[in-house]
Amino acid sequence: MSRAVRALLLAVLLAPLAALAAEEGYRLDHAPIDPKDLVSLQAGARTFVNYCLTCHGAQHMRYNRLVDLGLTESEIRNNLILTGDKIGGTMTVALRPADGKAFFGVAPPDLTLIGRSRGADWLYTYLRTFYRDPKAATGWNNAVFPRVAMPHVLWQLQGERSLEVKEGEHGTPEYEWKQIVPGTQSEVQYDTTVRDLVNFLVYVAEPAATERQRIGIVVLFVLGILFIFAYALKKEYWKDVH
Amino acid sequence: MASRLMALWDWFDARMPSVGEEWRKHAAEYYAPKNFNFWYFFGSLALLVLVIQIVSGIFLTMNYKPDAGLAFGSVEYIMRDVPGGWIIRYIHSTGASAFFIVVYLHMFRGLLYGSYKQPRELVWMFGMLIYLTLMGEAFFGYLLPWGQMSYWGAQVIVNLFGTIPFVGPDLSLWIRGDYVVSDATLNRFFALHVIAMPLVLLGLVTVHLLALHDVGSNNPDGVEIKKHKDPKTGRPLDGIPFHPYYTVKDLVGAVVFLAIFCAVMFFVPAMGGYFLEDNNFIPADPLKTPPHIAPVWYFTPYYSILRAVPPLFNSQFPGVMAMGIAVLIFFALPWLDRCAVKSIRYRGILSKAALAIFVVVFLILGYLGTEPTTVWGQFGFNAFFLDTKDVATWVARLCTLVYFLFFFLMPWYTAKDKTLPVPDRVTS
Repeated sequence: MSRAVRALLLAVLLAPLAALAAEEGYRLDHAPIDPKDLVSLQAGARTFVNYCLTCHGAQHMRYNRLVDLGLTESEIRNNLILTGDKIGGTMTVALRPADGKAFFGVAPPDLTLIGRSRGADWLYTYLRTFYRDPKAATGWNNAVFPRVAMPHVLWQLQGERSLEVKEGEHGTPEYEWKQIVPGTQSEVQYDTTVRDLVNFLVYVAEPAATERQRIGIVVLFVLGILFIFAYALKKEYWKDVH
Repeated sequence: MASRLMALWDWFDARMPSVGEEWRKHAAEYYAPKNFNFWYFFGSLALLVLVIQIVSGIFLTMNYKPDAGLAFGSVEYIMRDVPGGWIIRYIHSTGASAFFIVVYLHMFRGLLYGSYKQPRELVWMFGMLIYLTLMGEAFFGYLLPWGQMSYWGAQVIVNLFGTIPFVGPDLSLWIRGDYVVSDATLNRFFALHVIAMPLVLLGLVTVHLLALHDVGSNNPDGVEIKKHKDPKTGRPLDGIPFHPYYTVKDLVGAVVFLAIFCAVMFFVPAMGGYFLEDNNFIPADPLKTPPHIAPVWYFTPYYSILRAVPPLFNSQFPGVMAMGIAVLIFFALPWLDRCAVKSIRYRGILSKAALAIFVVVFLILGYLGTEPTTVWGQFGFNAFFLDTKDVATWVARLCTLVYFLFFFLMPWYTAKDKTLPVPDRVTS
């Protein structure tokens, strides 16, 4: 028995060492998003309708829900609805899936829940790691999503970059980025633009998230009070049980 | 006012005395051992979660659409447009995982104190039937959001039935109602999830409790409290009425449980991808297989066992059988355990060590089931016996072996174990 235990423990202890070598893929940057930053969310909404909504929809998201971001309905109507949709309608896209498939080889996915399925860090890194690749059909490739069908839609802002992957120490790849053509935004400005966009996408994926946490604090507080009474009641009943 | 209510009760009681009789039999005059500890909260908590799931489920069905074209969107409609819909949905999704956590701890209590042993074999068997039904309930329910993991998880699990020799392919076709998981599958799973399984669960819970109250509860000492009764009243000396003593105690447990439950559902409802998987926020796509398919965490120990067993003659059936036996073998526990004492407190080192190892192995299998088999890398050498070089697969194989040895060697090590003298009465 003890030998079996020792063998098992050994296997369990040694296994994570092997795991260290197995890690692969481009390292994701941490997305510095803040769901309470309304200015950032509004900027993200603007970027989203200007750049993403031409091909990607957010078919479960209603325009008038954007009052969450501190906007009035007329502000939403005048600045964010570019498609002629009604204010109570969802953020659908004019591009038909079949056409999208014909243009890009794959229909552009709906982005309502991309903030939950991919996560903020993935999106934040992905949107900042496009590079020029003459071998790719669109001329663009991506470090996080190799051979991605989407070209770099934000290229005017970020400019054009190239990527060289070198074998570094310990066999881990090292990435060398070079700016080939400057964009209209500096690197810091572009990071902020993407941060705001990701902030917005995460909001769209779960519009109730902020309210959820607010209610959660109240609920836990009430349960805390209830605990005091329940515990006192139990003590009172049990004092004669020995 | 009070006398009015009493008069109303007397009126009712004169016409339907069975309500009062049942209340006395199962609560006010049901004598439970006075030494219940932490582990004894999980029975009443399981009942609480069952009620939570049924009530939240009723509200979900009011807006959910069991239609392959509409299901995913209707869940998002609930999350966004139905007032309070997201609360209902998170209650139900958190409740699913909470149900299994509570039930696993409840079963572990049984292992700890030998609660399955004579005379409680039937209580244990009905409990196991509840566990099996719960697995079915969870499996059927998981398809309903119609996300990628819902779809492909169901596809994989239904295909397991397809590995059964001779009848397998027809059987899986019969379960799906189609050649792939489709709208027909979704509709029948919906019916099974909202009506069939809950009805069976309620019936089994009733029988589980009736069987328990006939023989009386076990306790951390594994002492039968019915052996020592007050000669005058006939009540067990170490027993206290379930109501009010354990109703107020379980109320405290329920509040603490709800606090943990709410902390999860309001602050981390997806629980890092374990309660709500990331890929399930992508609508089901029959043409796009996700690179890594894993069931939800509560099935992963068995999923690990399935993956650990190598195929035989190109058939996965041995793995499927191992998985089935791994679940069903719990039924045999009352007869595998030949120890003279019930509680771990008075058992020797063999039983204690075996249970500890079993828990560790169960947790490792559970973890490995959530990850791809490459999670712990590969062996750096070749050997004739290495059919796969994935370290995790070999650890899972070792754990699977230990898992089954825990049961198969039980008649031997429990009989051989040196036990301590069991006290006559419960200790406090």
